[in-house]
Amino acid sequence: MNNIIVYCEIEDGKVADVSLELLTKGRSLANELKCKLEALVIGSDLNGIEKTLYPFGVDTVFLANDTRLYPYVTAPHAAIMIGLFKEEKPQVALLGATSIGRDLGPKVSSALHSGLTADCTSLVIGDHYEKKTDTKYDQLLYQIRPAFGGNIIATIINPDCRPQMATVREGVMKKEIMDANYVGEIKNIEVDKYLAPEHFAVKIIERHIEASKINMKGAPVVVAGGYGVGSKENFDLLYQLAEVLGGEVGASRAAVDAGLVEHDRQIGQTGLTVRPRLYIACGISGQIQHTAGMEESAMIISINNDINAPINKIADYAIHGKVEDVIPKMIKHYKANTK
Amino acid sequence: MKGLKIVVLAKQVPDTRNVGKDAMKADGTVNRAALAAIFNPEDLNALEQALRLKDKYEGSTVSILTMGPSRAAEIIREGMYRGADGGVLLTDRLFAGSDTLATSYAISQALKKMEADIIIAGRQAIDGDTAQVGPQVADKLGLTQITYAEEIIGIKENVITVKRRLERGVEVVEGPLPLVVTVNASAPECRSRNAKALLKFKHARTATELQDTSEDYIDIKNDRPELVIPEWSVVDVDADPKELGLSGSPTKVKKIENVVFTAKESKVLSDNDEDINELMRTLIESHTIG
Ligand SMILES: Cc1cc2nc3c(=O)[nH]c(=O)nc-3n(C[C@H](O)[C@H](O)[C@H](O)COP(=O)(O)OP(=O)(O)OC[C@H]3O[C@@H](n4cnc5c(N)ncnc54)[C@H](O)[C@@H]3O)c2cc1C
Ligand SMILES: Nc1ncnc2c1ncn2[C@@H]1O[C@H](COP(=O)(O)O)[C@@H](O)[C@H]1O
Repeated sequence: MNNIIVYCEIEDGKVADVSLELLTKGRSLANELKCKLEALVIGSDLNGIEKTLYPFGVDTVFLANDTRLYPYVTAPHAAIMIGLFKEEKPQVALLGATSIGRDLGPKVSSALHSGLTADCTSLVIGDHYEKKTDTKYDQLLYQIRPAFGGNIIATIINPDCRPQMATVREGVMKKEIMDANYVGEIKNIEVDKYLAPEHFAVKIIERHIEASKINMKGAPVVVAGGYGVGSKENFDLLYQLAEVLGGEVGASRAAVDAGLVEHDRQIGQTGLTVRPRLYIACGISGQIQHTAGMEESAMIISINNDINAPINKIADYAIHGKVEDVIPKMIKHYKANTK
Repeated sequence: MKGLKIVVLAKQVPDTRNVGKDAMKADGTVNRAALAAIFNPEDLNALEQALRLKDKYEGSTVSILTMGPSRAAEIIREGMYRGADGGVLLTDRLFAGSDTLATSYAISQALKKMEADIIIAGRQAIDGDTAQVGPQVADKLGLTQITYAEEIIGIKENVITVKRRLERGVEVVEGPLPLVVTVNASAPECRSRNAKALLKFKHARTATELQDTSEDYIDIKNDRPELVIPEWSVVDVDADPKELGLSGSPTKVKKIENVVFTAKESKVLSDNDEDINELMRTLIESHTIG
């Protein structure tokens, strides 16, 4: 009762990275709140899945294992989650801000009349005093997120309704094993208690989901291109640089919108968050929506022909020049120095 | 098949994509007055899907439902210029301060009066980026939801077929009417205004707008009643005021901060060979690369 529950998404029989990241965050919140961390897994063929979850410090795995529950459709997953939450009364519930979490979260929060904050970038425990009613609230979940196109940062709270629900994008929280030998317990959910025939009204007739081939989060070096790269040909230079440095190519939204590069590579508030050893921003102005996804990189190099571009303020090295001139030189001198 | 009754949920939003220098006040709050009010982009994608259904299934109608202040009637007119048949403005002081849940409740109450076969919303509004109102409206009405739609493929015997665009692929699903569909920006763009509709609906006004203007050259209330855009209040939609505004909203904003950059000590380099050679050497020596 009154624990933290993380909804764990399943992709191809594996727990999605975003869910493991949320378990890591959930563990530290649970320590602070002195409560348990619990995982809710809904799908089919899930035998043994708890072994992936326990090392993240999961105390209880609620398992709804039934062939009808994969692939995801809204109504059956929502019915199970709503039913479980009514019994377990978690104080906090976290979901990935994915096409699943953002489909399921609002439905569940509406049914339970609980607040939901989308796309949080930070979750912190804190107190709150409500002047109007002279009420003091202890240990609420501060749900911190950018709003207004990233121009402001808002702290949202749900003083009275439970669970306090939040979604978080992939890559925003860090994934960290707490203890490889940690063991919790499994509680199997009797799904028929919650499911009715009408929950299966929506049928999937066709499905093509591909695992992403891009490993942006694991890459030690990210070479990111913006609108200033100018052309697909110039983007090829970025691929060459990424290849010699052993990294991946990322992009700003303006570059994606201009069709210079695929959407999967977008970094920023509405894309991926990365923290590589080295981030090379090529022809990127450095708007807040972009920097939100890369400012924690250990080292930042910017290549920009405008010396006053905002990105230069957060760069360790600002190279004043054109992408198409600078990158070939970087490749040449890298090769010369590693021979 | 008989014609479909389609309602599009559309919101008027500040244009957060084109935020100029004067958009933030000195105290770090948003200067709403400096931002243009626009038709939420994904709601235009939603409208296009509705209009395509109308083109395909004879006798169908499209109405726009928008909740907002008086000037949000612009959204309904804009929708009519592009092919919608009409719309309703849901407006009341009691709605102010509603979070997504309270907004969804208000909208669902209005929808109860509209008896739609299909409700089409945008995936998300660019002021909040929450993507919650569509699914929550569906929940409040006890309807099925299909989110992230890229194309409504068709309707046969009360079953709709929808192509969904997800992070890493596509899914085609079927669901029974009535239901709520939310549409992604990856769906086709909305058609532009149509000259005939523009002429026809140019004078469409809400009662409040009629009161406030001196457009006396056309007495639409008496001569052209079809040009009156209905305005519904809390009472009109039989909503419980406790479920609205701040009191009906589980989430509260505790704090708003302006975004500030913390400047690093950056080293400025030129693009000549020496500088770049030196940089690459430093990076290799520090094991940042290599
Ligand atoms: C709700 C919302 C969410 C958003 N989410 C994201 C997000 O997730 N990620 C994201 O990136 N953006 C996002 N944006 C968009 C963001 O606000 C910026 O518009 C975008 O990041 C700008 O991309 P850019 O820097 O590539 O383009 P620009 O701002 O056009 O900058 C191009 C830069 O290239 C330089 N340049 C030009 N030519 C050359 C050359 N030959 N060599 C070197 N430099 C050159 C210019 O000096 C300039 O600094 C979002 C916006 C909104 C409203
Ligand atoms: N005030 C409103 N009036 C009409 N439709 C709305 C309103 N708010 C949200 N919507 C609809 O719900 C979608 C999602 O909004 P949001 O949850 O705010 O991101 C929007 O794209 C609209 O279709």
